Amino acid sequence: MIELFQQSFVQNAFWAGTIIAILAAVVGYFVVLRAQAFAAHALSHIGFAGATGAVLFGMSSLAGMFIFTILAAVGIGSLEKRIQGRDIEIGMILSFVLGLGVLFLRLYTNSASEAVGVLFGSILSVTSGDVVLTLIFGIGTLIALMVVFRPLLFASIDPEVAEARGVPVKFLSIFFMLLLAITVAESIQVVGVLLVFALLIAPAASAQHITRNPISSILLSIVFGLIFTWGGLLLAFTTRFPVSFYIATFAALTYFIVVNSCHFLTPHRSSPAKHAHGENGK
Amino acid sequence: MYMKHENIISIEKLCFAIGGRKILHDVDLEVRKGEFIAILGPNGAGKSTLLKLLLGLLKPTKGSITLLGKPPRRGNSVIGYAPQHRVLEADLALRARDVVGFGLDGNQWGIGFPNKKRDEMIDKALDEVDALHFANAPVGHLSGGEQQRLLIAQALITNPQILLLDEPLSNLDIHHGQEIIALLVKLAKERQVSIMLVSHDVNPLLPVIDRVLFIANGQFAIGAPDKVLTTEILSKLYNTPIQVVRALDRIFVVGAEI
Amino acid sequence: MFELLHYSFIQNAFIAGSMVAVVAAIVGYFLLTRGLTFAGHALSHIGFAGAAGALVVGVDPVIGLLVFTISAGIGMGIMGKRLNERDITIGIIMTLMLGLGALFISLYSGYAEKAYSILFGTILGISVNDVFITAIFSVITIVGIICIFRPLLFSSFDEDVAEARGVPVRLLSVIFLVLVGITVSMSVQVVGVLLIFTLLVGPAATATRLVHQPLGAIVLSIILSLLYTWVGIFLAINGTWPVSFYISAISFVVYLPVRLLSKHEKRSDHHSASSSHQLSTP
Repeated sequence: MIELFQQSFVQNAFWAGTIIAILAAVVGYFVVLRAQAFAAHALSHIGFAGATGAVLFGMSSLAGMFIFTILAAVGIGSLEKRIQGRDIEIGMILSFVLGLGVLFLRLYTNSASEAVGVLFGSILSVTSGDVVLTLIFGIGTLIALMVVFRPLLFASIDPEVAEARGVPVKFLSIFFMLLLAITVAESIQVVGVLLVFALLIAPAASAQHITRNPISSILLSIVFGLIFTWGGLLLAFTTRFPVSFYIATFAALTYFIVVNSCHFLTPHRSSPAKHAHGENGK
Repeated sequence: MYMKHENIISIEKLCFAIGGRKILHDVDLEVRKGEFIAILGPNGAGKSTLLKLLLGLLKPTKGSITLLGKPPRRGNSVIGYAPQHRVLEADLALRARDVVGFGLDGNQWGIGFPNKKRDEMIDKALDEVDALHFANAPVGHLSGGEQQRLLIAQALITNPQILLLDEPLSNLDIHHGQEIIALLVKLAKERQVSIMLVSHDVNPLLPVIDRVLFIANGQFAIGAPDKVLTTEILSKLYNTPIQVVRALDRIFVVGAEI
Repeated sequence: MFELLHYSFIQNAFIAGSMVAVVAAIVGYFLLTRGLTFAGHALSHIGFAGAAGALVVGVDPVIGLLVFTISAGIGMGIMGKRLNERDITIGIIMTLMLGLGALFISLYSGYAEKAYSILFGTILGISVNDVFITAIFSVITIVGIICIFRPLLFSSFDEDVAEARGVPVRLLSVIFLVLVGITVSMSVQVVGVLLIFTLLVGPAATATRLVHQPLGAIVLSIILSLLYTWVGIFLAINGTWPVSFYISAISFVVYLPVRLLSKHEKRSDHHSASSSHQLSTP
C-alpha cells in the first residue's frame, strides 16, 4: 500500500480530491440551504459544453469549463432574483447546453472515451500542474466564502431583513453563483459532469439532516465529503472499478441512511411551558 | 410644538410614486421618542412602502425623511425591522437562535464564531418574546406565530431606538399577541423606543397606541385614534362613504377593509 | 426533398420520431405543471445507467432502461415530498444510479461506442422492428395518460383539494413517474437519453407560456414537438451534425422569445381551468 502512495499520480489524485471535497462540502451547504440543487446540476452540464467546446477551439478543456460555468453562473445570478421556482428556465438552458455539448463532442472527436472522462471524472489523470491550480482556486474560494459567510447566510434565509440591515443581497447572489461555478468546475475533475451531486449536495444534505447548527453542519459536511472521496480513491486504486462509482454510492447510501434515521437525531424542544421564563433552552 | 431634537423621525412633504402611480403624497409626520404609532390602511395603500422608505430600501420621489437627524440608510442599527412573516420550509437547516443571531451581526463579514457573550445576548432576546424554550429547535418546525416572535426578537436584539413591525400580530394567538403588545409598550415607555406598527386590526392596539397613521389612496391622516378613526375622515380618505361604528369597546369600520 | 422519403430508414426515422414527439409532448406538459422538471432530467440519466447495465448483462438496452427508470420513478413517487427535499432526493437517486452507470461502462471497454449511441441517439439507424416497439410503448403510454387524465390534472394543480376529494394522489404520482420512465426508455432511439429531456420540456415550456388552458396547451405542445422533430431530422439528414443538437437548438430558439415576451404571465393563470379555489403555486 505504501508503494501506492509513492506514485505521483496517486498523490496528485489525493491532493486534488481532498481540496475539492472540502470546497464542495462547504459550498454545497449553501446550495442546499438556498435550494439551488438543480441550478448547480445545470451548471455542471454547462461545464460539459464548455469543456467540449474549448477543445474544439484548441483551448484546454479545463479552461473552457471554468469560463463557461463562470459566465453562466454570473448570468443566472444577475438575471433572476430568485433561483428557486425557476426550474423550467433552468431546464431549458440545460437542454440547450447539452445539445451544444453533443455537437461539440461530435465535431471534435468520435472518441467515446474522452466523453466518458468528462462525464464520469478523470481524477486519476490529474497532473501536478492541475493540483497546483486546484489548490489555488480551492483555497481562494474557501477564503472568499469565509469572508462572506455571515451575510450570505443571512441573505439566504431572510433576504428582506438582510437587505434592510445593509447586506448587499443581490451582489451576494451573483458572487455565490460565481463561487459555485468554480466549485462545480473543480468537482467535475473528480467525479465528472454527471455526478457532481455526490460531492456537492450529498454531504451537505446529509449533514443538515443531522444538525441544524450552521458551523457543526458545515464541519460534518466536510467530514462526509472527505470520507466519500478518500474511501472512493482508496477502493478505486485497489480494485478495478471507477472512483466516481464508489463516491456516488457512498454518497447516496449515506444520505438515505441519514434521512431514514433522522427522527432520532433532531433536537426536541423542551415542553413549551407558558410562563417558565427562567428555563433555559435545551 | 415639540422640540426638534426630541423628534426621532421627521418626515416632511414625502412623496413616493412608482410607474406613474402616486402611492404617498405630501406626507408630514413627526415621531417622538417612545411614541407608539399604528399604521393602518387597505392593502397596497403604501404602508409597507413607508416602512421601506424609512429603512432606506427605497428613495423618496420628493420630500425628506430624517432619522435622528440623518437621512435613512440601509444597515442603520438604530432601526429594528420585523417584516411580514412568511412560512419557512420545514426542513430549513437553521435553529431558532441562529435566526435571532442574524439580527446581531448577520451583516458583518467573516464567520462569527460562537462566543458566550453573543449567546447570552441571543438568549436574552429570545426570553423577551418567550421563545427561550425552543431556542435550539429547527426553525421550520415552529408554528407561524413562533416564527413571528423570532423575527421580533431579531429586530430587538440590537436595542434599536426605532422599531418597525409589519403585521407582527397576524399569526399570533390572542395570548401571545397580548404578550407582544405588552412587550412593545414596555419598550416604548421604559426604553423610549419609537414604534411604528403596521396592522390590519387596530382593536387590540387601541388601549396602548399614541397615534394612528391612516394611509389610503395616496392620502393620509394622523392623530389620536379617536380623531382619525371617524366616519368623516375615513370617508374622505377612501373617497367613498364609510361608517365607523363604536361598539363593545371596539371600533368597526364598515364599507372598506383596513 | 421528397425523394428522401422513399428510403425506409428515413421513413422509420420520421415515424418513430413522430411517435416519440407526441408522447413526450403530452407527458412533458404534466411534468412541467407538477414541477418535476428535474425529475425528468434525472430519469433520463438514470435510464442511461440502466441501458449500460443491460449491455453488461447482455440484454437489450431498452429492458435495462425500463427497469431502472421504472424503479427510480417509483422511488421518487414514494419519497417525493416538498420541493427542495424532493429535488435533493431525486438528485441522490440519480447519483446512485449514475454511479452504477459509471461502473457498467468501465466493466466493458469495447462498448463505449454503444453507450455513446444510447446517450446521443441514432435515429437515422432505426429498423422496422424498433419502430414497432416504439409504437407499442407509445400506445401504452398514451392509454395510460388518458386513463388518469382528469385526476392527474386535478392533483397537478391542487394537490390538497384533490386529496380531500378522494383522488389517490400518491398512487398517481407513482404511476405518472412510471409513465415518464417509459417515455424516456422509448425515446432513446430518437434523441438519445441525454436529450429526451429536450422533447419533454421544450415544447411544453413554450406552449404553457402561450396557452393557459390544459387541453389547448397540450395540443400546442404536440404540434411544436412534431415540428421540432421533423425539422431536426430533416436538417440532420442533410448535414453531419447530430439530430439531438438541432432539436434542442430549435426548441431553445423558439422558447427564448416566447419566454421573454410573455414576462408578465403568472403560472397561476393555469388554474382557472380546473378549480376555482385559491391555489398554492407548485
